[in-house]
Amino acid sequence: MKSLLLGNEALAQGSIDAGLSGVYAYPGTPSTEITEYIQKSKLAKELKIHTTWSVNEKTAMEAALGMSYVGKRAMVVMKHVGLNVASDVFMNMAVSGVNGGLVVVVADDPSMHSSQNEQDSRFYGKFAMIPILEPSNQQEAYDVMSYAFDLSEELKLPVLLRLVTRLSHSRAGIEIKERRKPNEVNLPSDTSRFALLPMNAKKQFDLLVNKQDILIEHSENSSLNSLKLSNNSSIGIIACGLAYNYVMENIGEDESSYSILKISQYPLPKEKIKTLYGHCDEIFVIEEGYPIVEELLHNYFDENDKIKGKLSGDLPRTGELNPNIVGRSLGLIKGSDKPIPSIVTPRPPQLCEGCGHTDLFNTINEVIPEIGNKNVFGDIGCYALGALPPLNTINALIDMGASITMAKGAADAGLEPAIGVIGDSTFTHSGMTGLLDAVYENSPITVIISDNSAIAMTGAQESTAVGRLHKICLGIGVHPDHLKTIVPLKKNHDENVEVLRNELKYKGVSVIISERPCVRLSRDQKAEIKARIASLN
Amino acid sequence: MKTNIILSGVGGQGILTIAAVLDTAALSDDLFIKQSEVHGMSQRGGAVQSHVRISDQEIFSDLIPEGKADLILSVEPMELLRYMPFLKKDGWLVTDSESFVNIANYPEKNDLFDQIKKHPNHVIVDATEIAKKIGNSKAANMVLLGAASAIIPLSEESLIEAIKKLFQRKSERIIKLNLEAFAEGKKVAEGITDLATHT
Repeated sequence: MKSLLLGNEALAQGSIDAGLSGVYAYPGTPSTEITEYIQKSKLAKELKIHTTWSVNEKTAMEAALGMSYVGKRAMVVMKHVGLNVASDVFMNMAVSGVNGGLVVVVADDPSMHSSQNEQDSRFYGKFAMIPILEPSNQQEAYDVMSYAFDLSEELKLPVLLRLVTRLSHSRAGIEIKERRKPNEVNLPSDTSRFALLPMNAKKQFDLLVNKQDILIEHSENSSLNSLKLSNNSSIGIIACGLAYNYVMENIGEDESSYSILKISQYPLPKEKIKTLYGHCDEIFVIEEGYPIVEELLHNYFDENDKIKGKLSGDLPRTGELNPNIVGRSLGLIKGSDKPIPSIVTPRPPQLCEGCGHTDLFNTINEVIPEIGNKNVFGDIGCYALGALPPLNTINALIDMGASITMAKGAADAGLEPAIGVIGDSTFTHSGMTGLLDAVYENSPITVIISDNSAIAMTGAQESTAVGRLHKICLGIGVHPDHLKTIVPLKKNHDENVEVLRNELKYKGVSVIISERPCVRLSRDQKAEIKARIASLN
Repeated sequence: MKTNIILSGVGGQGILTIAAVLDTAALSDDLFIKQSEVHGMSQRGGAVQSHVRISDQEIFSDLIPEGKADLILSVEPMELLRYMPFLKKDGWLVTDSESFVNIANYPEKNDLFDQIKKHPNHVIVDATEIAKKIGNSKAANMVLLGAASAIIPLSEESLIEAIKKLFQRKSERIIKLNLEAFAEGKKVAEGITDLATHT
């Protein structure tokens, strides 16, 4: 019988079966289940595959590159905005190249179901000039992994694998294939390409630029990019990744009256595109994310009216695609949507009942009438919901770690007091360096670390911050008199408000650690955390 | 054969257990399946849904197109109505009568029922109540699955086998409880509609 797997899980099993030696990742929706699947896999444990979470996406990617340097196959996994954090090493390892196969798996979140933007990772792949693979369904997500590692080792380049939410979080029956053994240790024959001093980097960058024709040739010959020409030459469709499914759903049994180029490997196969373009009167580009393929087509050809997509207004520029949007653009679905009955009211996400963040926000809200209602900088995590009614505590949340540094900048500009609210794991991910900036100048900010001992938003994964926050803050140089701990419970409310009030008066860096485990942690997880803290002391 | 089912509810109410039973039963019958789910922020007490597609032929889209759902199976009455645009003209609505109220402006329950009853093919089941009587309100989802089973193109045997398989890691008592919930749901639905003759 086939195995029932999420797109993410299919890809994870595919990576194990492709000879993976280590996965490195920081949790982030919609990518989290890839790493979790490998962490839970008995086979992965037997094979001693590395699976422990990293502190952030940059450390994860660097570790994966280290594993590749030694000749083993490594994978690094993140959500789309995580690639911003890792972009330094990402761009540079395209120049150095890799040794063992290295696949960068990035899950994009068009429609921002759980994100701050809907950036399209294919742009990063193009920027770094490396191959991009974009599976269209769960079986392909499984199958593509062995191809991705082979391609990476053949080209000596990292390969970017792009997923989108609907593929990551949808299940199907998967056929599992034979497993390849992991690589043996095999150090690079010449290490100079990894030492990116200008003289080496120039040589490597030339190599990368010169490799581009080979990359295109691979795309031309790849079975992932299939072209079917129809006798009917009116409509040609370029369907990228997941979007292919929405096209097929709509054209159904009429498949033979359309010419279709399915794209699941980039750079684009230029010749195949030229053939399709020459064959058809109109070209529809259906792609999830930004109109990157459509833009490239405009570069290739002059006759711009022929190209239909997001730039031409035939498809919406924002949000994810669905079968209805695609059907409408192709003229196959007429009429407008049926409305949702007006009696139905929105039900936005909210903090769990009994969540410690709520008590913390109630504490902060108590002082807001005294300090003004625009002084709280938030961060990324469950507590971001504190920006919504009924709490309305947080005024800004931009990216991982920005609470502390934005508060600092605002304080530099004279905002007083300036409060940063950040979670324990977000703090170790990207908050520590900003705190050092603030300590270095003794900026008058109050940082509240809402410590729930977990990476809660993505499903309560273990946080590297557990048991270490006090020592980290002291080590960075926070004055011991202004490093406070509170327990956000109703019964401590008055006391906690007093602690906050006092620290807000201090003209330097204060850190208040608000400690209470996530209500979603299981008894086992709580016991594990206790044991970890005990082992630290 | 192609059947499209939307499962709906609030994050944490357990619609994915229903999905898992459907998936497992469909795979054991050698059918194709696609089933989408919601992870991440929206799961936190927000509206969630799962699209389940079962077919004897390859399925392309992970999402059900509007107007193509044969069944909306909801563990909460307002969440049922949220997905009305997806329902086929002659599709079925099956829901628990029990509301999940975690928002201030939750509508009057009777207004919701009036709205649901406007559609001829509906089954409103006191699933939570029935599950409580059997021994655990958490089994309400299996009561609902039982109530909808006549409209689902999977054999009763495969559904029962799937429930057993899914709960096998838990105790015998929990397997029994869920099977009983399924049977009760089936019985109740037969009593209040012409569902049994529908297939």
